[in-house]
Amino acid sequence: MLDNNIEITTDDKERAVLIPSPTTPARHTEKQTTPTQIKMSVRDVNFFYGDKPALHQVSIDISVNRVTALIGPSGCGKSTFLRTLNRMNDTIPGTRMTGTVKLDGVDVYQSIEDVSTLRTKVGMVFQKSNPFPKSIFDNVAYGLRVNGINDKDLIAQTVEQTLKKAYLWGEVKDMMDNSALALSGGQQQRLCIARALAVEPEVILMDEPASALDPISTAKIEDLIAELKKDYTIVIVTHNMQQAARVSDTTAFFFEGVLIEHGPTRQLFTKPNKKKTEDYITGRFG
Amino acid sequence: MNRLKFKSKSKVREFLGEKLIAINALAALVAIVLIFAFIFKEAIPIFTDQEIQQEASIAKMTFKQEFYEGRDPKWSWQPNSEVPKYSILPLMIGSLKAALVAMLFAIPLGIGAAIFSAEFASQRLREIIKPVIEMLAGIPSVVLGFFALIVLATVLQNMFGFLFRLNAVTAGVALGLAVIPIIFTVAEDAMTSVPSSLRDAGLALGANHWQVSLTVVLPAALPGSAAGVVLGFGRAMGETMIVLMASGNAAIISSSLTDSMRTISASIAAELAEVVFGSAHYSVLFYLGTLLFVFTFLINLGGELAVTRMKQRLQGKLS
Repeated sequence: MLDNNIEITTDDKERAVLIPSPTTPARHTEKQTTPTQIKMSVRDVNFFYGDKPALHQVSIDISVNRVTALIGPSGCGKSTFLRTLNRMNDTIPGTRMTGTVKLDGVDVYQSIEDVSTLRTKVGMVFQKSNPFPKSIFDNVAYGLRVNGINDKDLIAQTVEQTLKKAYLWGEVKDMMDNSALALSGGQQQRLCIARALAVEPEVILMDEPASALDPISTAKIEDLIAELKKDYTIVIVTHNMQQAARVSDTTAFFFEGVLIEHGPTRQLFTKPNKKKTEDYITGRFG
Repeated sequence: MNRLKFKSKSKVREFLGEKLIAINALAALVAIVLIFAFIFKEAIPIFTDQEIQQEASIAKMTFKQEFYEGRDPKWSWQPNSEVPKYSILPLMIGSLKAALVAMLFAIPLGIGAAIFSAEFASQRLREIIKPVIEMLAGIPSVVLGFFALIVLATVLQNMFGFLFRLNAVTAGVALGLAVIPIIFTVAEDAMTSVPSSLRDAGLALGANHWQVSLTVVLPAALPGSAAGVVLGFGRAMGETMIVLMASGNAAIISSSLTDSMRTISASIAAELAEVVFGSAHYSVLFYLGTLLFVFTFLINLGGELAVTRMKQRLQGKLS
């Protein structure tokens, strides 16, 4: 008999680091006391991959200018949920969705005339940085060009502003014509964020944006998120609960396709209302 | 607790295996070098043999010649005439013309079909399209030549009113049919191997399906598609049977694509079987073979370098 029947998953490792710190204070100043405006509201969403259910009756309100973190074990549906918000799941054949997703009160599945319009309003940053094999400039300009902006000066101006907003300008301003793939992993991911910002979205969805990065690059991304929420509404999926505690205002815990609990981050990590949430954040199951 | 007992790996076997594979790779290389050496060897008398140079020196093959006294000098390929004429220029122009038409016809169709199959076709449709187009490559060239000679030539002549039934357009289009599957297969593979994360990135920025295909997938698959075009051009230059049957085989110099023409490869195929061993004509045909070989080799080499550069540029290793 081999004695390695204790399986160590990524979750366990993260938890080992996490256990002493559920009380880590959030880096931002909390303003949960002021009433917030709802940016996106989701009601009774069910989602299926073929016959396999992935989300069950999910309802949640996403507040404007707040960072909402989605946490939960692998396969709990948090990424699937994120992708329903900008209809990226439409690209996967054989999927089905019921329920409503509203952006500023407008149903994004029924009333928006063109899905690409929605996606310019609800931008997305992916887990693995995916810059186009084009120049740095062309990467940031891409979203503008495909949406019909041809004014060269306007494009150049927006690219510069956007890169400044993503705190990347200083690092790349002398190499705008170089391939984006020559950048480091962390720079590539910040370029992807800049690329998403260029089309002036209102909501930014981030699917584990720092999971493939080293701690320093991760810190830069987290600082960036804290900065961006002044102007944008951010929804972030993360595997790293410390990260959720650091960057988010509210946290939603998903388990087996069900939204178990959604509340202010500090409260969810210190005094969760549900037993399952408590078990998860204290590391009793994964 | 028992530890697993691993068998130690045989060093000898690893050594032998490695060498065996190296020899296999080398064999292909040696074969190519030997073939080239043989063809070139048969062409050497053109450079050394006085008697043969009287009939066919490099200058005589390359420049305008006054074949009959008092008449205008010109380029002419008539090796079996009483005054043998060995100008190779008409043949080279013929080869290039046919290949040009073939590429003009095959690149848009091959790349277009690849975009459709890789980006727009449903899984089921794709499983039909891909093997069917690739089957085009399996049609023997003599069948394509026959088709061009009997059917295509008539159709094209009726459609465009060509003076000559067999011409560069007819031959080129038929040649294109042989080239399309090469371009299609290589380009389609390049497009399907573009990571879907790039497509997602494009869609998430508000691009539609068309824009993603043309502005993300196609540029990312450009090196692969270019490799397919280079391979296709090599095939178009070297293909023999189709042009032998469908080009009219008139070795004339003409810039018109609607005149009959003759290629290097067709001349070699048509004349080599009847040529007197060791004669000037024999050496010239091998010289033509050498030229074709060198030319195709250079095209492939240049193409390969261009593709490598494109790849490096995409990957950011080259600014």
